[in-house]
Amino acid sequence: MTSSNRMIGVDVGGTFTDIFVLDEATGIAEVAKVPTTRPDQSGGFLSGISQRVDDLSTVSVVVHGTTAGTNALLERKGAKIGVITTMGLRDVLEMRRRDRPRTWGLRGDFTPVVDRALRLEVPERTLADGTIRTPVDLDAVRQAAQQLIDDGCLACAILFANSYANAENERLAVEAVRAMWPNAHVSASSEILPEIREFERFSTTALNAYLQPEVSGYLARLETALKDGGFAGEFMIVQSNGGVMDVDTAAKLPVRTALSGPAAGVIAAGYIAQAAGYPDVITGDMGGTSFDVSLIAKGKSMLSPQTSIDFGMVVRSPMIEITTIGAGGGSIAWVDKGGLLNIGPESAGSTPGPVAYGQGNTRPTVTDANVVLGRIDPDNPIGGKLDRLDVEAAKAAILEHVGNPLNLDALQAAEAILRVANSRMAGALRLVSIERGFDPKRFAFMPFGGGGALHSGAMMDEVGLARSIVPRYPGVTSAMGCVIADMRQDFVQTINATLAGIDLPNLTGFMQSHVDSGLATLDAARTHFEGRDTEFTLDMAYLGQTHTVAVTLPVSVVDGKVIPPTEASIGIAFDDAYRATYGRLLKNGTRRIINLRSAITGRRPRFDLATLAPKGGSVEAAFKGVRQVHFGDSWHETKLYNRLELPVGAEIAGPAILEQPDTTVLIEPGLVGKVDAYGNTLIERATT
Amino acid sequence: MTQDIDPITLAVLAGRMEQIADEMDATLFRAAFNPIIAEAHDASHGLYHAVSGDTLVQGKSGLPIFVGVMSFAVKAVIDKAAENGDLEDGDIYIFNDAHLGGTHLSDMRLVRPYFHDGKLFCYLASVGHWHDVGGAVPGNYNPAATDAFQEAFVLPPVRLAKAGTIQTDIIDILMRNTRLPQSAQGDLNGQLGALDLGVKRLDELLAEYGADTVRAALDALGDRAEVLMRSELTDLPDGRWEAEDFLDNDGITDVPLKIKVALEISGDTMTLDFAGTADRCAGPVNIALPTAVATAYVAIKHIFPSLPANAGVMRPIKVNIPDGSLLSAPFPAPVGGYTETILRMIDVIFAAASQAAPDRVVANAYGTINALSISGKRANGQPWVMFSFYGGGHGGSIETDGLNHGNAPISTATIPPMEILEAAYPVMFKQWALRPDSAGAGMHRGGMGATYEIEVLEESATAFLFGERGRFAPKGAAGGGDAAMNVFAYEQDDGWHNPPMASKMVGIKLQRGQSVRLDTPGGGGYGPAADRAPADVARDVAGGLLSDAYATETYGPAWKEVSL
Repeated sequence: MTSSNRMIGVDVGGTFTDIFVLDEATGIAEVAKVPTTRPDQSGGFLSGISQRVDDLSTVSVVVHGTTAGTNALLERKGAKIGVITTMGLRDVLEMRRRDRPRTWGLRGDFTPVVDRALRLEVPERTLADGTIRTPVDLDAVRQAAQQLIDDGCLACAILFANSYANAENERLAVEAVRAMWPNAHVSASSEILPEIREFERFSTTALNAYLQPEVSGYLARLETALKDGGFAGEFMIVQSNGGVMDVDTAAKLPVRTALSGPAAGVIAAGYIAQAAGYPDVITGDMGGTSFDVSLIAKGKSMLSPQTSIDFGMVVRSPMIEITTIGAGGGSIAWVDKGGLLNIGPESAGSTPGPVAYGQGNTRPTVTDANVVLGRIDPDNPIGGKLDRLDVEAAKAAILEHVGNPLNLDALQAAEAILRVANSRMAGALRLVSIERGFDPKRFAFMPFGGGGALHSGAMMDEVGLARSIVPRYPGVTSAMGCVIADMRQDFVQTINATLAGIDLPNLTGFMQSHVDSGLATLDAARTHFEGRDTEFTLDMAYLGQTHTVAVTLPVSVVDGKVIPPTEASIGIAFDDAYRATYGRLLKNGTRRIINLRSAITGRRPRFDLATLAPKGGSVEAAFKGVRQVHFGDSWHETKLYNRLELPVGAEIAGPAILEQPDTTVLIEPGLVGKVDAYGNTLIERATT
Repeated sequence: MTQDIDPITLAVLAGRMEQIADEMDATLFRAAFNPIIAEAHDASHGLYHAVSGDTLVQGKSGLPIFVGVMSFAVKAVIDKAAENGDLEDGDIYIFNDAHLGGTHLSDMRLVRPYFHDGKLFCYLASVGHWHDVGGAVPGNYNPAATDAFQEAFVLPPVRLAKAGTIQTDIIDILMRNTRLPQSAQGDLNGQLGALDLGVKRLDELLAEYGADTVRAALDALGDRAEVLMRSELTDLPDGRWEAEDFLDNDGITDVPLKIKVALEISGDTMTLDFAGTADRCAGPVNIALPTAVATAYVAIKHIFPSLPANAGVMRPIKVNIPDGSLLSAPFPAPVGGYTETILRMIDVIFAAASQAAPDRVVANAYGTINALSISGKRANGQPWVMFSFYGGGHGGSIETDGLNHGNAPISTATIPPMEILEAAYPVMFKQWALRPDSAGAGMHRGGMGATYEIEVLEESATAFLFGERGRFAPKGAAGGGDAAMNVFAYEQDDGWHNPPMASKMVGIKLQRGQSVRLDTPGGGGYGPAADRAPADVARDVAGGLLSDAYATETYGPAWKEVSL
């Protein structure tokens, strides 16, 4: 049957490109996994889609989670760009906020993405209150632009002081540059982020310019290839905030894709968890070098206002909050000179990888401990790149580097490595919940990625969680998230005024312009929405206080028109939010509004996760045999199952291992795994 | 008698206890009112030994100098509580007396005994830099102070809470002695919240593992830190190395003050002997003994960055601070400028250590925090005070050039954004830039210092500066060159002036449109300048970080042949 409403999610990761195809008419979902191609990721992207879809004209939407931007930043492979800035401020990007890479040691330097010779100053100055003290010298701007053109720059960022308060000088400058330099990659900081704090604004704008030529080229190549294949639908990109944007916006604002792939994974996790009936989850994505943790409360993920991609490379735009600790499968276990067992931060990554991979690393990793204890099948390594794993080599490495120094045998040492790694991972789960004022015991753990599901029992035990939820396809969660994510646009405007006597028409004006712009983007999108949401938040604090609280405004939008808030309603909302954060209000404190943030969301249709559930199957048919697996201090005969063959309602008592092509699910003794109506495996304590 | 603990439980507990201290840090950073704590993280939290006050565990995100100094604050409370003879669960002591607790009077210390099953188990402490604690100068950096009373209100250890009940009288006294009571109250609430959280987390940890196991882990971690330190010292050659450097002056009399160290390594022990250091002075560059000992720890942890933050590290190290020197000044000697003195102590320890182990040690950083205050009244009569510290270059290392515009080695503080300062105060930054030619030359040059030029936009203002390195440059290492010195200038009707005391001055009167200008030092270079790659020199010249003349004079003409 041909339909024209298939949706495709594509997540391009470091090793694999994952494809998730959903037929909206039938509700049937399919997944595929192909190697990521380098340097041009479009090869894997297209070959992955072609594994599941012959005719691209049957596809209505392609949504892409991409690491193209992140990689270009980390590998410093962006374009040669120039900066035109206020006289006296050419070094803001290089001076940062006067931080340093590491607290201890005083080593390391920093090179910004724009050479100092390409950071040019022009006469102009706006004061903090918006007054223009020196009108911009447009001849100087043109001269600077000409110099950047002559020097071979491909993009240009215009970075003026206090342009958040009055963008006039920047606007005139960017107009002048665009007039003489027909280039889509010319932008002003007030266009990208009209928010106070020059380093953060300049850095975000410059990094955006640095990415624009590269990322827009990549996206254009993909779009052309899709169209050549008959695709006539909407091509969208996942943003770090967990929402999607159309491809034209992504080409203009590539900096918003910095956490694109991981954000999509968290969105999918939230959706799966809510459908499964457990809206409070902490996700854990265990990769080769790191364990990425994210908190979802009542089905909503947390947003953080900015991130640093690498030292000094700050991107300020709302991002799904993901906390990373250096405890991945490839993290190296070692004993320091004081006799203390440590995990990481050094990692063997995926190349050379754990000792068991036989690719040259001789120092034991977390994965090696899992291999030695029988938790990973040495004869069928996941990922399909290796034929088998070298258990003996892993064992020898663990004995030499951990066992001997601590007077433990190889098995005890492997258990020790897992216990310390699990403790670190559990610490990350605790910290993300506690920092947000949540009790971690209320949450379920949702592992995704290849390795996380080996550790779910340990997380339940260490943190005191009631259950883990292993999604049916934990290895393609990000690709699934692409299909689920809503279309979302975030706007910010610095207000910087006390609440008493606030200029309400001015504030409402900004809110209205955000709504207009956001709704126009939704209108232009060639996908349909089930509904539209608008959320306004004010960053507020008492005068003299540095940290702000996010105050959600009880404001409605009727027929696209913002109903203005009142001073009193803002005040009540602030008091509520402040009390919730700090427990008490400050008597006689002066309340201040720093920024307005608006989020305009188009809710995309949901698909029924039940379509992912297994059709038929039986526990007997799924049974593959037994293997000896080490738990605590002894070997246990452990049943092995082909996970995807297990039927809905199946209950597997631990010890057991559920295997699927890209994931191993470990059910420890005393736990039971249940297949729910969506194909998830819920791991809970066995009732005795 | 301590019980044995298995290595796995130990590794797990090490992480858990570090997390408690980290969570206490995070709690205060989020709740604090004043940006010195909230943004610059000038605060610290930890767990301390019930009898000795030794540091057991300390948070990773607090200010480095507190890592060594907090145990003195706890010990001061232990002594005071013994004198009072009535320590009980729910007590909280508070004080800022720097002669007892180290650093300076701006740092308010809260110390709380932690009881388990009715017995004292350990102490929890919280220290944070309050915005204002009275004294002659707002913000308490008074370069002309000749005793502690001119610096701030002095609070000895007193009971802020007794058996769980807050003594509001104490809070009333505190709030009457600060220019910014609202800020102080916010910070105090944050510190109390951090201590509450620490108690809660310890309760959970002890319930889970048992007090004996946790105590055994704490003891074992101290022992292991000691083993680690001894092993590091064993790897270094035996010998004795000396280094000396100078403070410009004490702000009262324009006489240089020598800081001298002899570093001796013998087997697995080290001695740092500061004999030969200048005597106690009149002005506020004295420091109290706890501060001096803690500084040695900070320097050592920079040289061996992976060492844990607990007292075991210091067991193999002897620190000799001569009586009567400016490094052990008794109450009420002024100590407000302690930052400058301890930065110089770190510089001489680095300079001595780099002779012993040139691969391990970086060249001197810029070596002054440049506390600059500009204050006045707005047209509507509202007073304003802009107080901040300014950055400079870090030293080069065997690996890389020094960092341009970094923060001080004793701190991890970031600088507020220029736009935040301009929005809050009537000033405009005419320059916020790197300072060309300010780095020490070398195979790896130092980081560049900075130039900040600030114009006053209101009718009139008063400025004061507390800085150093105006007369003695930050030094290079392993044959690297010295950096440029600190230069402060201020504008008057008759043109630009420099302070007679180099980088210290009070009461500079400025009119609308007049500016002050701070050119901060770079970091020292590492390795001979002749070994620097000409392409690296050419790149700096092309970007304007080196002038043609300086580059050619320092590195020779080879860079001119490089095409970039």
